[in-house]
Amino acid sequence: MLTLRHVNAGYGDFQALFDVSLDVNAGEAVAVIGPNGAGKSTLMRVISGLIPAVAGSIEMEGTSVLDAPPYEIVGMGVAHVPENRRLFPRMSVEDNLRMGCYLPKFRARFEERKRFVYELFPRMQERRDQLAGTLSGGEQQMCAIGRALMSDPKILLMDEPSAGLAPVIVQQVFELIDRIRAEGLTVLIVEQNVKQVLRVVDRAYVLESGSLHMEGTADELLQSPEIQKSFMGM
Amino acid sequence: MAEFTEALFSIFFVETLINGLLLGGVLALLSLGLNLIFGVIDVVWICYAEIIMLGMYTIYFLHVDGGMPLIAAAAGGVGVTALLGWLTHRLVIGYLLDAAPINQLLATGGLLFFFQGLAMVAFGIEFRNLGVSLGSLALSEDIYLSWTRLLSFAIAAGVVIVLFQFLSRSYLGAAIRAISQDREIMVLMGVNTKKLYLLTSAIGGGLAGLAAALLAMQYDVHPFIGLSFGPITFMVCVMGGLGNMVGGFLAAFVFSELITIGGYFAELEWGYVLAFGFFIAAMFIRPEGLFARKS
Repeated sequence: MLTLRHVNAGYGDFQALFDVSLDVNAGEAVAVIGPNGAGKSTLMRVISGLIPAVAGSIEMEGTSVLDAPPYEIVGMGVAHVPENRRLFPRMSVEDNLRMGCYLPKFRARFEERKRFVYELFPRMQERRDQLAGTLSGGEQQMCAIGRALMSDPKILLMDEPSAGLAPVIVQQVFELIDRIRAEGLTVLIVEQNVKQVLRVVDRAYVLESGSLHMEGTADELLQSPEIQKSFMGM
Repeated sequence: MAEFTEALFSIFFVETLINGLLLGGVLALLSLGLNLIFGVIDVVWICYAEIIMLGMYTIYFLHVDGGMPLIAAAAGGVGVTALLGWLTHRLVIGYLLDAAPINQLLATGGLLFFFQGLAMVAFGIEFRNLGVSLGSLALSEDIYLSWTRLLSFAIAAGVVIVLFQFLSRSYLGAAIRAISQDREIMVLMGVNTKKLYLLTSAIGGGLAGLAAALLAMQYDVHPFIGLSFGPITFMVCVMGGLGNMVGGFLAAFVFSELITIGGYFAELEWGYVLAFGFFIAAMFIRPEGLFARKS
């Protein structure tokens, strides 16, 4: 579904990604794990057009993402839950969801998608008129995921969904990911929380200093001594 | 003291309060466009009052020289200022979005002198009067309210209602509110931020045209007319919390009542002294604006 080939990207003179190639197939959940500063967020940002790629190709179902203007990428079925949630704090939960289906072709389905999100996260329905900035961390994550789901995406990009949340909430967030997968959505997720993310995905890539070093099924990586040593403190 | 209480309860004081309210409507409209642009684009258009001035000229020429009916001339004025707003962003601000704030201020400040100079060269320095007088409404034998001011207030109130409905109900309005809270992330929502900025600038410019229509009925047009209400407009916006449209709206009424009440007890000039004194004091107590939200 999503194919990256030899992607280089960065910020100004600083190159953050080197020759990254990866695939996400329809229906799969794939994780990119790696330490802080490995370029995980950069990877997400380059896919959804927040920063340009210097070289390489990114294709979504055979259509080049890099040739489209950034604001058209969500229309191709790629929804991005940004790092730190990035809700619109002074807007209600419902208005945040509304922004998730801003594109004219999505608007007709606003009510339908809203019902879907409220069924998935009943808490959001209770809080629908509350300002997003006043939600708890876990609720904000629900709202951010809900906002991304409003466009009925084919693939959901999740950037560090557990970052900045209390351990109990982190647990809940990973349960959320399980529920989203049950809806048949394709997911690409970057995480530092290696142990937990490997339990909810099918495959994973290891990103270090901007290049991919390993890939394998979640089980393989969970058992790999190298992963255990570098990321799980074993 | 008896004199003072007598003054307080006199019908002229009631007239003063009402006049303050009516003036507030115009100030509110003046501040609305500036606040909208600042709230969304985060750039203060120092030249906003000069766009209003050019709108007044447009209305004057369309009505007096072109013989168009006043309503059509006002619509033409709104069109021209909307275009000026669009051009201001397209040709100047759009290139300075990531520049230091001081450079943005200098650029819009430069536009102020550009527009002033342009008006002076093109139209000369004479004062031009639209020659429209709507007369006044006699509430009683002693109280007269100017129809122009009543109309201004009604239009200002109507525009405020329409604008707030637009911002709270439509997708575009939601995007305008959202972009002021997180510019970068808008791309992920499928929003073409460049287009949204141009649209906001055009709406802000159009609001300047509406204000121009109301002001042209009350004041003579000349190249420096912007200077006489530009500073008040900025102060209203700052007092309400820059970018906070509700705050600006309330501040407009606080300001206008201070001006008229001051003018009632002393000379009109003292009203301005009172209002500006209040502004300075308010800036010491709440530099972020009287009605600014805590962030």
